[in-house]
Amino acid sequence: MTATTNRPTTTPSGATDAIGAVEGTPTTSRPRKPILAASGGPTKRPSAAAHLSDEDVERLGTELDALRDRIIATRGAADAAYIRRVIRIQRTLEVGGRATLLLSKRKTAFVAGTAMLSVAKILENMEIGHNVLHGQWDWMRDPDIHSTTWEWDFVTPAAAWKHTHNDLHHTWTNVLGKDKDVGYSTLRMAEDQPWRPFNILNPAINLVLAPFFEWGIAIYDLELEAVKDGEKSKEDLKRDLKAMGRKVVRQFTKDYAATPLAAVPFGSGKQALIGTFTANAIRNVWAHSVIFCGHFPDGVDTFTEEEIEGETRGDWYIRQMLGSANISGSRLMHIMTGNLSHQIEHHCFPDLPSNRYHEVAVEVREICQRYGLPYTTGPLPKQVYQAWAKVFRLALPNRPRPLPKNAAKAVNAPVPPRRSALPMVASVG
Amino acid sequence: MTQIRALRRVASLLTTPLAPEDIINLVNPLASARQLRGVVTKVVRETPDSTSIHFRPGRGWNAHAAGQWARIGVEIDGVRHWRSYSLSAAVGHDPAITVTAIGFVSTALARRTKVGDILFLDTPQGDFVLPEHPRPLLMLTAGSGLTPVMSMIRTLVPRRPDADVVLIHSARTRDEALFHDELLELADQFPGLTVRHWFTREEGSRRLDLSDVTDLETLCPDWRERAAYACGPPDFLDAATELWLRDGDDATHQNLTIERFAPVLLEGSGGEGGLLTFEKSDKEVEAGGDVPLLEAGEDCGVVMPSGCRMGICRSCLVPLVAGKVRDLRTGEVHGDEGELIQTCVNAAAGPVHLDI
Repeated sequence: MTATTNRPTTTPSGATDAIGAVEGTPTTSRPRKPILAASGGPTKRPSAAAHLSDEDVERLGTELDALRDRIIATRGAADAAYIRRVIRIQRTLEVGGRATLLLSKRKTAFVAGTAMLSVAKILENMEIGHNVLHGQWDWMRDPDIHSTTWEWDFVTPAAAWKHTHNDLHHTWTNVLGKDKDVGYSTLRMAEDQPWRPFNILNPAINLVLAPFFEWGIAIYDLELEAVKDGEKSKEDLKRDLKAMGRKVVRQFTKDYAATPLAAVPFGSGKQALIGTFTANAIRNVWAHSVIFCGHFPDGVDTFTEEEIEGETRGDWYIRQMLGSANISGSRLMHIMTGNLSHQIEHHCFPDLPSNRYHEVAVEVREICQRYGLPYTTGPLPKQVYQAWAKVFRLALPNRPRPLPKNAAKAVNAPVPPRRSALPMVASVG
Repeated sequence: MTQIRALRRVASLLTTPLAPEDIINLVNPLASARQLRGVVTKVVRETPDSTSIHFRPGRGWNAHAAGQWARIGVEIDGVRHWRSYSLSAAVGHDPAITVTAIGFVSTALARRTKVGDILFLDTPQGDFVLPEHPRPLLMLTAGSGLTPVMSMIRTLVPRRPDADVVLIHSARTRDEALFHDELLELADQFPGLTVRHWFTREEGSRRLDLSDVTDLETLCPDWRERAAYACGPPDFLDAATELWLRDGDDATHQNLTIERFAPVLLEGSGGEGGLLTFEKSDKEVEAGGDVPLLEAGEDCGVVMPSGCRMGICRSCLVPLVAGKVRDLRTGEVHGDEGELIQTCVNAAAGPVHLDI
C-alpha cells in the first residue's frame, strides 16, 4: 500500500500528462483531492478487474455500501463494551508491567514485566491507538475514546500521523506516482526503483528499521519530501518538528528516565531501563512485521493514475481490495495486529469498529469470489517471509523472474511496475 | 492542593500520553481528566412516568443554586446523548434530576437508570434562581416544569421561617403530579408554603386559564405583589408572560421570571438544504441540500478543516451547534447538539449552525 503525498504528479515517465496538466500548476498550497465520479469508470481498470463492466462495478459498490450500512446500523453497546474492555486490559497490563519492572533485578520479574509491557504497547498502538485515531469509535461520542482527543504511546504525534495516514495513505492507496518515496532513498522495495550499489544493504537497513520502526513513521510524518518540493512550508515543518520534539521528550522521560528511576530504590534501575527499551523494540518489530504483511506480500497490486482517473465508488473499493493483503490466524492474533490482519476490510471501511472486521471479512471474501476478484491472504509466517524475500531480492538489480505463484490469479497482465516505498512502511495499516 | 497538583505532574511523567486519571479510572470510575462524571446513588419512582435520579458528582462539579439546570450525558446503545435537566434537589444536597419518560433520551433515563450507573455531567447553569433578598413568591408551574421550582421550595421553605411561597402547580391528574405528597407535607409542616394543585384531567376540571386574571385571582389574590417564577410548556409560559404584561401592573417587567425547557430546535429535515451559519467565522450562506457543508463553508471563505473529502479520514470534523444535517452517503438525517459532523459528506437539512 503506497501512501502518497497529495500533490500534482510529475512522474518522469510522462504517463500521467493528462492529470499533470490539470493539477500540475506549480503552487505552494496543496491541491484538493478529486471527488469520486458518480458513474462511468476510469479510462482503464486495473488488470485484475478488467473483466468487470461499469454496471458490475457499480453493483459491487452498492453491495459494499450496503454492507457498511448494515454494520453501522448494528453498532451498539456490545461494541462499546469491547473497546472499553480492551482499553482496561491494556492499561492494567501497562501498569502491571511497569510495576513488575521495579523488581526486575530478579530475572523472572524482568521477563514478566518486559513481556507485559510489550503486549500493552502492542495493544495500545494496534488495536486501540490506530483504530481510535481512525475514528472507528467516534460514533460513541465519548471524548475519552475519540479520534480528536486521542494521543498514543508512539513517538510521532497523533495529529501528524492522522494526516499522513488517514488522509493521504487511505485515500491514495497504492497509486503509483502519487508517491514521492519519502525516506525511500535508503530502502529499495520496488522493482521499478533504479538499483544503486548501496541497495545491497537493503536487508541490513530493514533489520535496523524493524526495532526502531516508530522512528521511521515519525520521520515519514514530517513529510520532508513535501518540504523539499515547496508544498509544505518551512514554518509547518518547524511546527511539526517542535510537536514531535515535545512528544519524544515525554516518551523518553517515561520509558528511559521515570520508570528506571522508580526502580532504583529496588536496585533494579538498569534492568528496568533494559526492560522498557526491549518492550519498545518488541512492539516496533511486531508493528513492522504486521505492516509489511499488509503491504508487501505477493499478489498486492499497485495502480497507475490512469486507473484512478474517473474512479467511481465501486472502483475505489476495488482498488482497496486489490491493494491490500490479509493475515489469517486466531482471534488473539487478529487482536494483536489491531485487526490489521483484516487489511482488505480495513481499507474498504477504515472507520468501522475493528471488532466487526471479522464478520465483514466473510462477506467481502464472498463478494470478491462472486466478482472474480483476488483476495490475498495467508498466515503470518508466510506473509512475513514474502516481505523479507522481497527485501533481499531487491537488494540486487532486477532480473527476469516468473510470477509468484499466488500472484498468478491476481495479475493477468505482466506485473505492473511497483513503486512502493517507505511511506507504505510508514503507514501503520 | 498544590501538593496534589505536583503529585499529579510527577505521576503524569509515568502515564503519558495518558493522564493519571485515566489510570485511576481503572478503580474509580469517576476519575477522568477530560469529563465530569457522576455515579447514581438513588433512583426514586415519582409517578408512573417520572423518576428522580440522585447522583454523586466527581471532582470538578460546582454546587448548584436552587433552580439551576445541568447538561446530563447518558449512554444509550453505546452512544453518548446529552440533554439538559433541571436539578430538583435542595441546595447542599447531592444533586438529583427528575425525568419524565417523554422522548428517546428521557425515556431511557427514566426507565433504565440503576444505582451505580455512571452519568456524564456538565456544571450547573442558569439564571432561574431565587432572588437575593427575601420577598413573597409565587411559583407557577405545569407538568415537569415543577422540577427547578421544587429545588427552590426544598431549599427555601424548611430553612427560612420568614418564607412566603405560594405554589400553583398544574398537572393532568393527581397520580401524575410530581412530588404531590411531599409538597402537601411541606405545606402542612411550614406555614410559609401554600400549595394549590390544579388537575386538568380530573372530573369536572379544565385547564388553568391564564388568558385573563380570574383563575389567578382565585388561587392567589395577591399575585401582583409577589415575585413570580413560571416554568412549564411553551404555551403555558406564553400565556403567563402575556398576562403579566397586560394585568400585572409590572411596568419594569421584573415580576415574572420564566424558564423554558423547549430547546432551540431548528426545523427541517427534507433534502431542501438551508441557511448555514458558521458561528466563529461569523458567516452565513444559503446551501443546497446536496452541497457538502465543507464546500459551502469553503466557498464563503471559512477556513474549514479538510482531508480526504470522501468521508473516510475524519479530518474535517466540526461540532454542530444546532440543526440537522443529511449524510449524503446514506440519506440519513441526524444531528445532536455538540455532535462532530463530517462536513465533507454531510449537507444541511434545514438551518444549521456550526461551531467554526
